[in-house]
Amino acid sequence: MTDKTKDVLIGLAALALGTVFLITFIAIESQVEILGLIVLTTIMVVVSARVGISQRISGAFTRNEVTMNTAVLFAFIVIAFWFREDHFPLLMIATVMLYLTACLGLNVQFGYTGVVNFSGAAFFGVGCYTAAVLNQHTEIPHLFVVLLGGTIAALVGAILIFPVLRTRGHYAAVVTIAFGVLFKTFLEVNDTLGGPQGLNVPGMEIMGWNLNSNIEIGESIELSFYLNYVAIALILSSLAFTLTRRIERSWIGLNLDAVRLDESAAACFGINIKRWKITAFILGNFLIGVAGAVFAMMLGYIAPTNFAFDASLMLVSIVLLGGIGSPWGTVVAATIVILLPEKLQAIQEYRFLLFAAVVILILLFKPQGILPRGLRAYIPGWRT
Amino acid sequence: MTMVHNKVLAFRGLTKRFGGVVALDHFDMEVDEGQIVGLIGPNGSGKTTSFNVLTGIYAANGGTVELLGQDITNWTAQQVSAAGVARTFQRSRLCVELSIFDNIMIGKHQHLNHGLFFNIFQRKAFQHEVEKNFEEARELMAIFDPPLADRMLEAVEKFDMIDRRRIEICRALINHPRLLLLDEPSAGMTEDETRQLMDDILVARERIEGLSIILVEHEMGMIERVTDRCVVLNFGQKICEGPYRDVASDKLVQQAYLGVE
Repeated sequence: MTDKTKDVLIGLAALALGTVFLITFIAIESQVEILGLIVLTTIMVVVSARVGISQRISGAFTRNEVTMNTAVLFAFIVIAFWFREDHFPLLMIATVMLYLTACLGLNVQFGYTGVVNFSGAAFFGVGCYTAAVLNQHTEIPHLFVVLLGGTIAALVGAILIFPVLRTRGHYAAVVTIAFGVLFKTFLEVNDTLGGPQGLNVPGMEIMGWNLNSNIEIGESIELSFYLNYVAIALILSSLAFTLTRRIERSWIGLNLDAVRLDESAAACFGINIKRWKITAFILGNFLIGVAGAVFAMMLGYIAPTNFAFDASLMLVSIVLLGGIGSPWGTVVAATIVILLPEKLQAIQEYRFLLFAAVVILILLFKPQGILPRGLRAYIPGWRT
Repeated sequence: MTMVHNKVLAFRGLTKRFGGVVALDHFDMEVDEGQIVGLIGPNGSGKTTSFNVLTGIYAANGGTVELLGQDITNWTAQQVSAAGVARTFQRSRLCVELSIFDNIMIGKHQHLNHGLFFNIFQRKAFQHEVEKNFEEARELMAIFDPPLADRMLEAVEKFDMIDRRRIEICRALINHPRLLLLDEPSAGMTEDETRQLMDDILVARERIEGLSIILVEHEMGMIERVTDRCVVLNFGQKICEGPYRDVASDKLVQQAYLGVE
C-alpha cells in the first residue's frame, strides 16, 4: 500500500466515523444517551488532538483535497438518505446547510476582509421576505426568486456599506447592530409585510416539480418532501463553499486579507480599500440572502422575530467557533450550533445565552476557533 | 564637462501642519536617479511625515511634490504607488499571518489581474499567473537571502527581524519602483543585523539599475556607509545638506542633535 493510499484511507476512515456519529446523534432521542454521546465525542476529540491523530487526519484532508471534498459531499448524501422518511431530521440537516451558506457569506465579510456584520439575520430576513412576497404575488420562477433574494439582500447591503465604510472597529459594529434592530422594527410595523404575525411563504416549485410534496416511489415507499430541500440546500452550500474557497485562493483573497490586516500599508501598495470592502460586503450578503430565500420557502412561514439580534449573534458565533476565515471550520460549527440545541432540549430555552457564552469563551481561549484557518494554498496541494 | 542628473524626486516648499504644530516647514529636497539620500534629524523633526505626505497618507498644506518631472502633490496612496514609489515602514508592517509569497505579492498589486471572472472562473489561467509570479518573487528573495527563497510559503511570523526586513524590502522592490523609501530599517536590530542590512541596501542599488533610495535612519554608521548625500531636518526645516562628512561636522547639526546652545 502506498503512502498516498494510506493517507486517503485514514481520511476516509475519519469521515466514516464522523458520519456514523452524526447519524446516531440525530437518530437518538433519549436525553441521557445524547449527553453520553456528547461526552464520549468530546473525550475522543481531545484525546486524538493530544496524541496527534487529529493532525494526521487534517493532513490527509489537505493533501487529498479533491478526493476528500467529494467524500464529504457523499457523506452528507448518505446522512440525508438515512433519514429519508423522517421530516424533522431532514429539516434540521437542510437548516444546517442553509445556515452554512449564510455563514460562508459572513466569512467573506468578517473572516477575510474584517468588515464586521452583526446584522446577518437582517440580510437573511431580506432574502426570506423577498421570497414570501414574490412567491405570493408573482409568477417569477422560484429559482430566480432565490437569486433575487440574494440580489436584494446585496442591494440593501450596498446602502448599509456607506456608513460602515465611514466608521471603524466598534463603531462599524454598532452601525450594523442598529441596522438589524431597524430592520426588525420595520417589519413589525409594516402591515403589507404581515406585521408581527409575519407571512406565509408558498413552497418551492422548479419546472413543475413541487418540492413540498412527498416523493412517492411505487406503492409502498414515500420519502419526506424535506429531502427535496436537503438536495437544494446541499447544492447551494457546495456552490457557496466552492465560490468562497476560490475567492480565498486568488489575488482577491489576498487583497481582502491585506485590507483586514493593515489598511494603510495595503493602500500604500495600491490596494483600493473601499473597493474590496464593498465587494466582500455585497458578495457576503448575496449568499446570506440566497440562503434566506430557500429557508423561507422550506419553512413556509416567517415572522419578524426570526430575524432579531440573537439570530445575528448565532451566525457570528458559528463563524467564530469554526475559526475565522476557515470554511471547513464553518461546516463543523454550523452543524454543532444548529443541532446541539435541537437535540438537547434542556439547553434549548437558553440557547442564545449559550451562543453569547460561546462567543466570549472562544475569543478568550481559542481565538482561532476549532479548525483554524491555514495558510493560503493558491492551488490545491501546491508545493507541499 | 557637466554631469547630467535625472531628477527622480523634488519637494518644493513642502509644508504640513497638524493643528498648531508645523511638522514640515517649506521643505525643499531633491533626489537624483541612482542616488541614496540619507534623511536625518532628531525625533519628531518631520522625516516620517515627509514620507507620509509623499506616499499620499497625509495631504500637504502647501508646496509641491514632483516625481520624475510630474506633479504628484496630494495624489492618493494608490496613485503614488502606481507612479513608482515603494516604501518600508518604521515598525515592520508585514502581514505576519500570511506567507512570504503573499506578502511580496501585495507589493505586486498593480500588476496582478484582479478581475472577479478571471480569479473565480479562469482557474487554469490564474494558476499560470501564480506560478509565474512565484518564480519572480523567489528569484528576488534569493538575491537577498537564498534560504528564505526556499521557504516562500511559510508564515512571516516564524521569521526574525532581519528576515522580516528583507521580506519587506522584496515586497517594496517587486513592483520595480523608481524610488524606494526606507523608514528606519535598522530599528530593533543588533549591530550584526544592521551590518547585513547595509549590504542588502547596497545590493539592491547594484542589482536594480536606476533605483533611487531615501533612507531615514538614526544609525549614523549606516548613513555614513551607504548614502551619497544627506539632508538634515530639524523642527520641519532643512538645516543642512551635503555629503555625510560635511554634514556631521556642521555646527547647526551638532546643536540640533546634542541640544547645545
